[in-house]
Amino acid sequence: MSKALLYDSTVCIGCKQCEQACASQNDLAYDDTIAAEETQSAHKLTVVMTRGDKFMRRLCMNCNDPSCASVCPVGALKKTALGPVTYDSSKCMGCRYCMVACPFSVPKYEWGKLVPKVQKCTMCPDRVAQGKPTACAEICPTGATKFGERDELIAEAQQRIRDNPGKYVDHIYGLQEVGGTSVFLLSAVPFETFGYRTNLSKDPMPMLTYRVLSHIPDFVPLGGMVLGGIWWITHRREEVALAEGPKPAADKKNGRKE
Amino acid sequence: MSRPTFKFTFWKLIFLFLMAAGLYATFVRFTQGLGASTNLSDQFPWGIWVSFDVLCGVMLAAGGFTLTAAVHILNIKRLHSIIRPTILTAFLGYILVSAALMFDLGKPYNIWHPLIMRNPHSVMFEVAYCVMLYTTVLALEFSPIVLERFNMQKPLKVVRTILIPLVIFGVILSTLHQSSLGTLYLIVPEKLHPFWYSPLLPLFFFLSAIAVGLAMTIFESSLSSKHFGLQLELPVLQELGRVLVVVLGVYAILRFEDLANRGVLRLTLRPGYEMYLFWLEISLAIILPLALLLQPRVRSSANGLYFAAVLVVLGFITNRMNVSITGFESSTGVRYFPKWTELAVTGMIISAGFALFGLAVKYLPIFPKEALPQEQPAEADAAALLEREPVLENVGD
Repeated sequence: MSKALLYDSTVCIGCKQCEQACASQNDLAYDDTIAAEETQSAHKLTVVMTRGDKFMRRLCMNCNDPSCASVCPVGALKKTALGPVTYDSSKCMGCRYCMVACPFSVPKYEWGKLVPKVQKCTMCPDRVAQGKPTACAEICPTGATKFGERDELIAEAQQRIRDNPGKYVDHIYGLQEVGGTSVFLLSAVPFETFGYRTNLSKDPMPMLTYRVLSHIPDFVPLGGMVLGGIWWITHRREEVALAEGPKPAADKKNGRKE
Repeated sequence: MSRPTFKFTFWKLIFLFLMAAGLYATFVRFTQGLGASTNLSDQFPWGIWVSFDVLCGVMLAAGGFTLTAAVHILNIKRLHSIIRPTILTAFLGYILVSAALMFDLGKPYNIWHPLIMRNPHSVMFEVAYCVMLYTTVLALEFSPIVLERFNMQKPLKVVRTILIPLVIFGVILSTLHQSSLGTLYLIVPEKLHPFWYSPLLPLFFFLSAIAVGLAMTIFESSLSSKHFGLQLELPVLQELGRVLVVVLGVYAILRFEDLANRGVLRLTLRPGYEMYLFWLEISLAIILPLALLLQPRVRSSANGLYFAAVLVVLGFITNRMNVSITGFESSTGVRYFPKWTELAVTGMIISAGFALFGLAVKYLPIFPKEALPQEQPAEADAAALLEREPVLENVGD
């Protein structure tokens, strides 16, 4: 049911047609200058990086339990059942917590605009909903980027590593990172070569904050009760002292110990 | 108290300069966008407007909930005389934090969206709600001062009736969002330097907010007594100083236990950028103030208390900066330093805070009558208010 992308960097020839297809899909400009850029930005949502004769793509991982969607105060970012993590700019107020929180540092901002948006690859949600592959997978001439059922792609990635001993790093990037993603990467060289973090937790990141947040519904009534109780006791003492006679007046001036 | 006419003009000029620079920076921000007015980038999406104006702003206003809890809940009556200036400080603080947010948000006109577009899994959503509600609570806690001034008995009676539930609600809201500002950073274990990333961040932020709340109350009472010619409530401040020692002590133990448990204590002795910033923070926030306040001679003197309070405030400002800016520099590989426009806006907001405090003291019954000086020179008040600008500047950095 859930869709995903499998990118096999050993099949990639670095033609950058995926970059171009992505740009036109998202109404972004694309020319030789932009093609030469090696970093993701608000105007370049996917990047084919080159190190010697090796290539590696960078795009939004479309996590299963995305940090960006979890931290967004207005729910502008959402994980859809089909896989894509979508963004609704009309809800966004521009707090940029998604950019801080993303473990892959994917969301980028339109810093130069007066009405700025967050920009990131959203895994072509409209195309995917229509049963079509993402723009980058459709254009890919070598099949390096493949679109399909998530489960099937995982099986295929495992198969490729098994069938070609020594060809790949024994790691499907995105399978376990932050609880799993909808984008899987295969590589012949360590993922760190291309700046991918390999020390990420296997658990979804949103649990880190939700563990704390989930106590709030308990904390509010309990806190109110405890504070109210303390108030009751401290003021009852005063009432009793007043009722018992004139002594407390002098007491109060000296500053009673609570 | 003489009339320092020359000083008045001098500080007025500085104040006007800060306001003019800030207004020009405001113009740049809202006509050319965040890119032109800040040094923020995709690698560094949060800068000084978040670190100082919001994180430190909320922390510096923490005296409000600390003192209202002490006076109204714990019923410590001898602290009553300083509660009004403290509530004023807190109220102004939250108004200024909200103002600063309008600069930092990419689409500030959507600031109301969390009201109807809820995401209860978001710490930011919770902070937004708490800050909004607590600002309302502070407005109500502050309202008797205004109502008294205009002798409006009926609404005054209403506010007094609901005061205790209001105070309790305020303390709960403060506990939640002061700690939640730390929770914000729990989601970035791989980005924030281990000196500052800790599962205990919410607790650290909450405890340090109490410490800073106490320190700010000492700081602000001392300044007010100097500049408005008020009688200093020394015994009250000494009491706050003693509580401050305990809070700092608890914080220090937890902070170092946490570093030891996570196995990074040894790293704090390895020379490097983070090491210096870590020890700067720890010295200012913990070591020096504790060394000072543990001496009875210092703890009982007005100047000693004032100096220790300033250290605590500066120390925890350093802490918030480390958590939100410098702690990210090694993982992102980018150094961030604010652009002049960012500094100008922050400077303007702080100056506005001090100016509004001065105006409120002048026109509203903030300080008890007996504390006010015999002759009430209006100009001196204004001068005093403007005299405070440079002090602010230091805090701002």
